[in-house]
Amino acid sequence: MTLRIGAGSAWWGDRISPAALNADKGELDYLCFETMAEATVSAAQVRKRRDTSFPGYDTWLDDRMRAVLPACLRHGTKIITNQGWINPDGAAQRIVHWLRELGASGVKVASVNGSLITDRVLELTDTILENGQPTATLQRNLVSAEVYLGAEPFVEALKQGAQIVVSGRVADPSIFMAPMMYEFGWDALDHVHLGRGNGLGHLMECGAQVTGGYFADPGFKHVPRPWDLAFPIIEVESDGTAVLTKVAGTGGTVSLMTVKEQMFYEVHDPANYITPDAIVDFTTTRLKQIGPDRVRVSHISGKPRTPTLKVSIGCAEGYIGEDMFFYAGPGAMRRAKLAKQILEERFKIVGLDAEELRIDFLGLNAIHGAMTPSDAPEPYEVAVRVAARTKTREEANKIGREVDGMAVSGVGMTGKRVPHQDRTREIIGVWSSLVPREKIVPEINIIES
Amino acid sequence: MRVRLQHVAHCRSGDKGNTSNISVIAYAPELYQPLREQVTAERFREFYAGVVTGEVTRYEVDGLHSLNFVAQGALGGGVSRSLCLDNYGKSLASRILDFEIDIPDEFASLLRGMM
Repeated sequence: MTLRIGAGSAWWGDRISPAALNADKGELDYLCFETMAEATVSAAQVRKRRDTSFPGYDTWLDDRMRAVLPACLRHGTKIITNQGWINPDGAAQRIVHWLRELGASGVKVASVNGSLITDRVLELTDTILENGQPTATLQRNLVSAEVYLGAEPFVEALKQGAQIVVSGRVADPSIFMAPMMYEFGWDALDHVHLGRGNGLGHLMECGAQVTGGYFADPGFKHVPRPWDLAFPIIEVESDGTAVLTKVAGTGGTVSLMTVKEQMFYEVHDPANYITPDAIVDFTTTRLKQIGPDRVRVSHISGKPRTPTLKVSIGCAEGYIGEDMFFYAGPGAMRRAKLAKQILEERFKIVGLDAEELRIDFLGLNAIHGAMTPSDAPEPYEVAVRVAARTKTREEANKIGREVDGMAVSGVGMTGKRVPHQDRTREIIGVWSSLVPREKIVPEINIIES
Repeated sequence: MRVRLQHVAHCRSGDKGNTSNISVIAYAPELYQPLREQVTAERFREFYAGVVTGEVTRYEVDGLHSLNFVAQGALGGGVSRSLCLDNYGKSLASRILDFEIDIPDEFASLLRGMM
């Protein structure tokens, strides 16, 4: 049996039409959605505190489900998704609502809970991985803490008959590995297959990044019709070898190059990529282009899982104030430099108390900063971009207010926007720790449309 | 012949906390050895001076003709704390494309984008 698994999203803001295309034309057994970044849960908690009407799941849940449910029901495609964020039960209820709207009765929707451990994170964890300090030092500013669950709760939900499973925080590759584990009957301790499957899951978790997105470089790396990229599909055999591909007739490309770039994306030691289910070793992988937009992936290795699970801890850490204004034409850089000097003096006058202040010239050094070559040519147009990190909102607001001053009290020929949005934002810093695996017991709830 | 790395390899950067990883992948198997010999962790770190503040570790994946550089302290404290406009460091990989590398003349036809 060959299992066909398609990607439906790689992050919260991802395009929706390629998910609909995969559901419609992908001949999929499973459609999987990944929608969370490192700070997603903390940001959702902050929003929930301010706005009690915020349901706490993916803000695009309705759009995504309405786009794919009709085709998934038609083809019997199951859905695995982490769109539940801080409210998987609520997301499941919402999905049931859309199923009923479509007249689909008797469809089982499971929610996976148990990743949120904000209330007991300080009891369950000891040390912050990034700095070696006790996690107790985070107590005062703690916003949220969540464990990265593995594929097991998804598999349990599928065993209970669920056709759609929605979770909160789960390790991204596990979302795509869960269908393999369930369909092929791989054991939770079978690190050979779970490693292989999670390696494949890692290739899928960033969606179009393996089908020609985040890849094109004119003159070096060509991508056909890059405005019409498809999300990937993986055809997996029961031994965990696979072919990575996409719906025919779409833009983009699946090649050895796109697969290699994605393989190492956000990976540190390629021989030890830790997931909750197993440790993946990519160094043994063999890749072969076996047809247009078809790459065979085999020989990924696996090692036994660790006794711990990773915990992400979000903390309120202050504010960032940020704004920019513009110069163009002959002398643009001279005027930008004078503007920078004026701002630096103004910040002294208004007593800006910042942990870090950065004034860049966008067009010259705002992206590569201090490593910009000293002989880089002067741009024809330049933006002066100002950012500061502060303890309080009042201090951060000074950035926008001083940039406002540059409109009529600044340098000649300054281009300046009227602010239409808040130029100060809250920082949620993310820290990591480990929790003993046995302390985390996911809970599965099943409802029916 | 001495060329910029952009003709020899393609790259991608990814973020985890305050660490950026930058993969450097040879366009052809024959081009991997010069990369392995010349793009050392130490020279990589010098090339990213001022941005990468911590250690750089290099992992070699010979079977896929790829190097993976893991640069600590490269993201201004981490995505949410960074004051850099590109706070995820998505564009960090493009810096190494400027690295100058010596390639045996016989491999000239394997280089990309040499117009």
